[in-house]
Amino acid sequence: MTSIQPPAETIWWKQPLDRVEGTWIAIALVWSLIMFVMMPVWHIYGKQNLSNEAYRTTPAAYMAKTQAMVDQYTVRTETDQQIPVVKPPPGSDVYLLGRLWQWWPILELEKGQTYRLHIASMDWQHGFSLQPQNINLQILPGYEMVLTITPDTSGDQTIICNEFCGIGHHNMVGKIFITEGGS
Amino acid sequence: MTTETFRTCPESGLQFHKPAETLMRMNAVVAVVMLLIGGLSALAVTLTRWPAVHLLPADRFYQLLTFHGINMLIFWIIFFEIAVLYFCSSTLLKCRLATPRLAWLAFFLMVAGAVVNNLAVFGGQATVMMTSYVPMPANPNFYLGLILFAVGALIGCFIFLGTLVIAKEEKTYEGSIPLVTFGALTACIIAIFTIAMGAVILIPTYMWSMGWISHIDAALYRLIWWAFGHSSQQINVAAHVSVWYAIAAIVFGAKPLSEKVSRTAFVLYIAFLQLASAHHLLVDPGLSSSWKIFNTSYAMYLAVLASMIHGLTVPGSIEVAQRAKGYTKGMFEWLRKAPWGNPVFSGMFLSLIGFGFLGGISGVVMGTEQINIIIHNTIYVPGHFHATVVIGTTLAFMSLTYFLIPVLFRRQVFLPGLAKWQPYIFGIGMMVFSLMMMGAGTLGVERRHWDMAFTDAAIGFDYPASAYTLMGLVGISGSAAILGGGIFILITVVSVFFGKRVESESSYGTETTRLMKAEPTITPQGGHAAAGKWGFAAPGTFAMAIFFLAVFVVYYAINWKYLASVWPMS
Repeated sequence: MTSIQPPAETIWWKQPLDRVEGTWIAIALVWSLIMFVMMPVWHIYGKQNLSNEAYRTTPAAYMAKTQAMVDQYTVRTETDQQIPVVKPPPGSDVYLLGRLWQWWPILELEKGQTYRLHIASMDWQHGFSLQPQNINLQILPGYEMVLTITPDTSGDQTIICNEFCGIGHHNMVGKIFITEGGS
Repeated sequence: MTTETFRTCPESGLQFHKPAETLMRMNAVVAVVMLLIGGLSALAVTLTRWPAVHLLPADRFYQLLTFHGINMLIFWIIFFEIAVLYFCSSTLLKCRLATPRLAWLAFFLMVAGAVVNNLAVFGGQATVMMTSYVPMPANPNFYLGLILFAVGALIGCFIFLGTLVIAKEEKTYEGSIPLVTFGALTACIIAIFTIAMGAVILIPTYMWSMGWISHIDAALYRLIWWAFGHSSQQINVAAHVSVWYAIAAIVFGAKPLSEKVSRTAFVLYIAFLQLASAHHLLVDPGLSSSWKIFNTSYAMYLAVLASMIHGLTVPGSIEVAQRAKGYTKGMFEWLRKAPWGNPVFSGMFLSLIGFGFLGGISGVVMGTEQINIIIHNTIYVPGHFHATVVIGTTLAFMSLTYFLIPVLFRRQVFLPGLAKWQPYIFGIGMMVFSLMMMGAGTLGVERRHWDMAFTDAAIGFDYPASAYTLMGLVGISGSAAILGGGIFILITVVSVFFGKRVESESSYGTETTRLMKAEPTITPQGGHAAAGKWGFAAPGTFAMAIFFLAVFVVYYAINWKYLASVWPMS
């Protein structure tokens, strides 16, 4: 038994490196550096990056902004709960809020257009999970996250909550409709 | 000087200090009790996420999921780790344990903390998941229990350090501390950092729950909570890597390829791993990309490098030991002729493979700033950490237990025929379980979610049929793994409490021996590489490492490609 005994050589740190170890450390270090570089490289050349633009907010202030958008751009309502469907103009600021247990309002965006999507929580922490796109963001109370998105697929996207937020968590579902552009 | 009583185990040559022996036994026994209740809740949770079964109602599911996380990730593992710390100090260094009375205080504080926390969860007022993200409130006893437990664990850490001091003072060993003790020391240092972070966040949260503080910022909570939550997983990594080295030494008489490399890799864990809370905040508002990139990787992934080094040096040390015994045919005779029927070895080796291939690769991939967008909070995440914590840590601890039953508890292993199969049932079950979860997560299935069919939601959503198939396989493989865990508990409990005693004599006395240095390596001409191929001491291990790297590179590239298919955003 040896790894559970003191090293044979008292000056163990001067023991020469074994070739198999030296080779592997060199390879692994190069790979680690490649993985590190990939992240800044994707910020330059890749198209999927978070802006990490965010502001402090309060539920009241954020609600007011969202309500103003809803009042201005609601086109119809959906479901028994009469959830407003909002169709803001391309390029505009779009507000989405998460609260127990709803994503509100429903958004209708045009394919190929760019929007500044704001998201914040009114109460506890929520998880914005856009399916089947599979875009997942952490949504916190007190913080307004801003994301510039360009939907490039048509059809419905569903927003589910993937951060546990109490007993109604699994019923917290919202919607983003993507329409063909050119209207 | 007071006389301390010791006994020497005739089979292993290990020397046990009597008070330390009792403490190790008690900590290990309570650990297994925690594993049992954590395992029962695991069954209920797994059967609920299996869509065809959907066992529990929603409130009970979230409650038991909270209970499962805390009992497994915190109580089972840390009770066992305290036993490991005492073993790596007192037993391995042939030294008396520092302040056994305080060690009992630590033990009872941990038990009290676990009971208080579990009662809060069972009371139904603390269904907040292990992470207890503010501002979701929990009964104050939830936090109080965790604080009591942490104080106990902290005392245990200082007893470990005190024992190292005594061993040095009383010269119970020659030269430097053994590699395994060194690894345990790194685990202990990370644990102290972790508990400090836990105190920084849980004490204010407790005060908030009592109404003494009005507000805790959600982003700040996450930053500090994860400095505690992620670091606690690094304790596990340092501890189970130490256990791998210990088992390689126990089963094969293996010695590290070089002390320098293995020890430096442990030091890298201290320097670069325990700050890694950033992995959990990659899609959080309020943090810049440069902060995220730097803190997720420290510019060069030195902690990942450390694990890649251990992943080579642990099997490499086994290969060298096996080749020295004459298993030199081809690349892999040393591995083929390894004792696959000995659960101490088979469990450890499955732990190593599962941790590296499943846990390690998935962890790095999802810890990449942008790739996290397609993974965060999906069931991929529990897929990843079941590979690291359950296959990596729990399975390594199970393997060590098979060694400890005769050595520490002086009992024969009950049903040795079944024990041979246990690591395979548990390990392979868990590997499939993790893989299926990762697959379902890639399809967007959420974690911590009662109903993937959204039956009661105002707006519905249908996952593809393949997601249901994968979640069904999660249920089946999870149940298989739980069966393997149940067999482990059956074997250990019956062995320890009702098992046949080991026949050899091992009586207590006051005589002790000194821990001697390892035999110097008899270096064949041209270095010990002469026993291997191409100047490599461990060519088989190197080939496996290159295979690992190939899998890593391919999987990493696939995830970037998948990311490139989602909506452009900036």
